[in-house]
Amino acid sequence: MHMADALISPAVGGLMWAATAGLTVYSARKVKEELDDRKVPLMGVLGAFIFAAQMINFTIPATGSSGHLGGGMILAILLGPYAAFLTMASILTVQALFFADGGLLALGCNIFNLGFFPCFVAYPFIFRNIVGAGANARRILTGSMISAILALQMGALGVVLETFFSGISELPFSTFLLVMQPIHLAIGIVEGMATAAVVTFVWKARPEVMELAAAPEPLTRVSLKPVLVGLLAVAFITAGVLSWFASASPDGLEWSMARTSGKEELEAPEHGLHALLAAAQKATAFLPDYGFKEQEQDKVVPREPAAKVQEVESWPSVNGGTSVSGIVGAMLTLAMAGLIGFGLRRYQQRA
Amino acid sequence: MSHHIVEVKDLHYTYPDGTAALGGVGFRITHGESVALIGANGAGKSTLLLHLNGCLIPEAGTVRMGDFPLTKKTLPHVRQTVGMVFQDPDDQLFMPTVYDDVAFGPLNLGLPPDEIEDRVMEALATVGAAHLRNRPPYRLSGGEKRAVAIASVLSMGPSILIMDEPSSNLDPKARRQLIHLLKSFEHTMIIATHDLDMVLDVCGRTMILKGGHIAADGPTEEILQNEPLLHACSLEKPLRLQGCPVCNPVRA
Amino acid sequence: MPKIESSFLDISRLDALASQRTLIHGLDPRAKIVTTLIFIFIVVSFPKHEVTALVPFTLYPVVLIALANLPPGYLFQKVLLAAPFAFFVGIFNPLLDSEVLIHLGPVGISGGWVSFASIMLRFGLTVGAALVLVATTGMNGIGAGLEKLGAPNSFAVQLTFLYRYLFVLTDEAARMVRARSLRSFGIKGTEVKVFGYMIGHLLLRTMDRAQRIHQAMLCRGFTGELRLPVPLKFSWRDMGFLAGWSSLFILMRLVNIPQWMGLLVTEVLG
Ligand SMILES: Nc1ncnc2c1ncn2[C@@H]1O[C@H](COP(=O)(O)OP(=O)(O)OP(=O)(O)O)[C@@H](O)[C@H]1O
Ligand SMILES: [Mg+2]
Repeated sequence: MHMADALISPAVGGLMWAATAGLTVYSARKVKEELDDRKVPLMGVLGAFIFAAQMINFTIPATGSSGHLGGGMILAILLGPYAAFLTMASILTVQALFFADGGLLALGCNIFNLGFFPCFVAYPFIFRNIVGAGANARRILTGSMISAILALQMGALGVVLETFFSGISELPFSTFLLVMQPIHLAIGIVEGMATAAVVTFVWKARPEVMELAAAPEPLTRVSLKPVLVGLLAVAFITAGVLSWFASASPDGLEWSMARTSGKEELEAPEHGLHALLAAAQKATAFLPDYGFKEQEQDKVVPREPAAKVQEVESWPSVNGGTSVSGIVGAMLTLAMAGLIGFGLRRYQQRA
Repeated sequence: MSHHIVEVKDLHYTYPDGTAALGGVGFRITHGESVALIGANGAGKSTLLLHLNGCLIPEAGTVRMGDFPLTKKTLPHVRQTVGMVFQDPDDQLFMPTVYDDVAFGPLNLGLPPDEIEDRVMEALATVGAAHLRNRPPYRLSGGEKRAVAIASVLSMGPSILIMDEPSSNLDPKARRQLIHLLKSFEHTMIIATHDLDMVLDVCGRTMILKGGHIAADGPTEEILQNEPLLHACSLEKPLRLQGCPVCNPVRA
Repeated sequence: MPKIESSFLDISRLDALASQRTLIHGLDPRAKIVTTLIFIFIVVSFPKHEVTALVPFTLYPVVLIALANLPPGYLFQKVLLAAPFAFFVGIFNPLLDSEVLIHLGPVGISGGWVSFASIMLRFGLTVGAALVLVATTGMNGIGAGLEKLGAPNSFAVQLTFLYRYLFVLTDEAARMVRARSLRSFGIKGTEVKVFGYMIGHLLLRTMDRAQRIHQAMLCRGFTGELRLPVPLKFSWRDMGFLAGWSSLFILMRLVNIPQWMGLLVTEVLG
């Protein structure tokens, strides 16, 4: 499942972007070191293949619904982890751009969730260990199933954590987790079946194809480095996001840590950009369009990020007039934007 | 330019899966000749062509291009001399636009930008595709793709042109244009094809490949009139030589 | 199978839109990529109950759609098609947060509905901006732009190759599906085993194709490094586009324009 821009905060999106960019650069360097220029066209064409393959569905036995091939595992098996990660990254980029799957800011999250876990965790540590040197049909089936399921579980957990840390959705962590993990267990089983079916076919028809990925990197040399890079990035993100929360809007998440640290953190935004923003807002003296919930007041922790902290006292009661003017204004703005667009279009067509 | 001869001696090749595709092929082609390579499906035509510019390495036997035997060291030179037009233009046109694709070879030769521009435009003009320069290859018709694929090879300035089924998938007009184009070339040409009528128009010499061996080699008119030979090689006399059933009902 | 063909048509349609020649299409891809990213970043940086202050941001996609001669209805439809996940997660907000946040006379609107509206608005804005980026720049422009912005060469090359062969392979897959359904005489669905054969065949053919492409590349002097030759020039116009929009975004982030206009109107009328 693709993470969406609308659900993430800039902190989460930005940090996941950074993590993914790091992994992409690292993988690109690794692929270059392999010096296998056959992979240049192969990666691109296999990326296109995953796209095409995902458009073909199969029937899930005994349910009547249908599933399709997931990309990460099969790419890792055919290309090895680094090239597979790069390929996954470009598949998701094309999906984000052309099918609006996810979004550009969420792209970092999506590449991480759907690329990092299968390529750098499930494939080297699970699939390779199970299938090992002596591949046979049963091992391929077990290996594909287990690694596809685990990769998806990790990916789903990623989605839940990213959503939770972003704090845009009100869904409590545990509820969301309890929804996402079972759904992705089902998806994982289906994907595992599809992956196993295709890998078994290829292995029977042309065993040498699978050696292409295995060749440059024998079993014993599976590198821990990308995993460490990835996990470090996540740790860094978690830390970064936590501090963001502590200073911004811990409310809505049952996050006791934030509550305990809430008081001191409130002081923090007085300087730096936040203070500047807040000052700017005060100077221009535009009232926000809505007030806070009464209950918020005794919690001390404001719902809004730091920029508006200062105004908390100035608008304790909800003013119907302000809300109405906000909505009137929004309508007006929309109409104006529409008019501008229409005018420009006329101009453009005449030019 | 007598050094632009192609000489193949006792060439053997077996694919990794054990298919013996070539079993001792030998011939010699001199400068400026235009040679057709015909034979049934699976006779080994494509396999043979892939040896001529080092895409496949012979298992036994030698390939000589001009004064060089084809080895790892002479490979870059040979690839510049021998232009190969692949059977499926989609395999050959991999760059984002027609211009980029035709420029791909010259760029790899490390030519200066002006020279590249000149070569690209000249190659595109030769095949009549200059107006397509900014189009992406996936938005070309089959005939346009073929023309651009030929241009992408011409821009390398080869002296020997090798083509694998250049007239397949073309409509009659595009095919006719291709034949005109090929006739206008002064390059040494080796064309693998099933289009025997085109062979009559373009190639002075014809070789028949059968089961990985050369079954016949000689002037085109002679070989394409030899019905028993053609039949033995799973081929048919080209329509044009079969006589017209309407004007000549006795034969029909 | 309508799905496969329609996805393919979608790509072709956006691709065709991207090959137009307008002022916006002529801008350097880097200017458009960076502006889009700034736009998205600023839009998602609003607090979760913000609705009205997000509205002025519609200006960016609207202006670009107009200037770049893009079909608004089609893009809107694409945005809607992508909505389910954001909708599914967002719709829980009204259920979980029912405290009244806004009073409109007698009617109270809960915080959950406000944040849900905010999510959907963000969604429309961010997705719309991304679609506008593709429809005005094209995949090859974006690939070249990303490389110039510092993305690894192998990533950019991979992106252009993927895009190039998307057209070939979706076509191949569509033919395969059609051939299968013609011989299955109305039996709907595909068994996993048959699916494995189909996809497996497609995969083997794809790998053969990759090998042929590699040979074709070698024949033309490929030595391992592939340079993307799209020449990019970052001119004053690009700079103006980037700087102009970015400062407008920042202004709109700092100043709630609808609020201000609304107050003006309601005061005049009142
Ligand atoms: N990649 C490959 N791996 C294994 N065998 C192959 C491969 N390519 C071709 N062959 C086999 O080698 C033989 C010669 O094939 P080749 O492609 O050279 O024939 P061709 O004369 O070009 O046929 P066509 O007219 O159909 O193009 C055939 O038996 C074919 O099955
Ligand atoms: Mg052939």
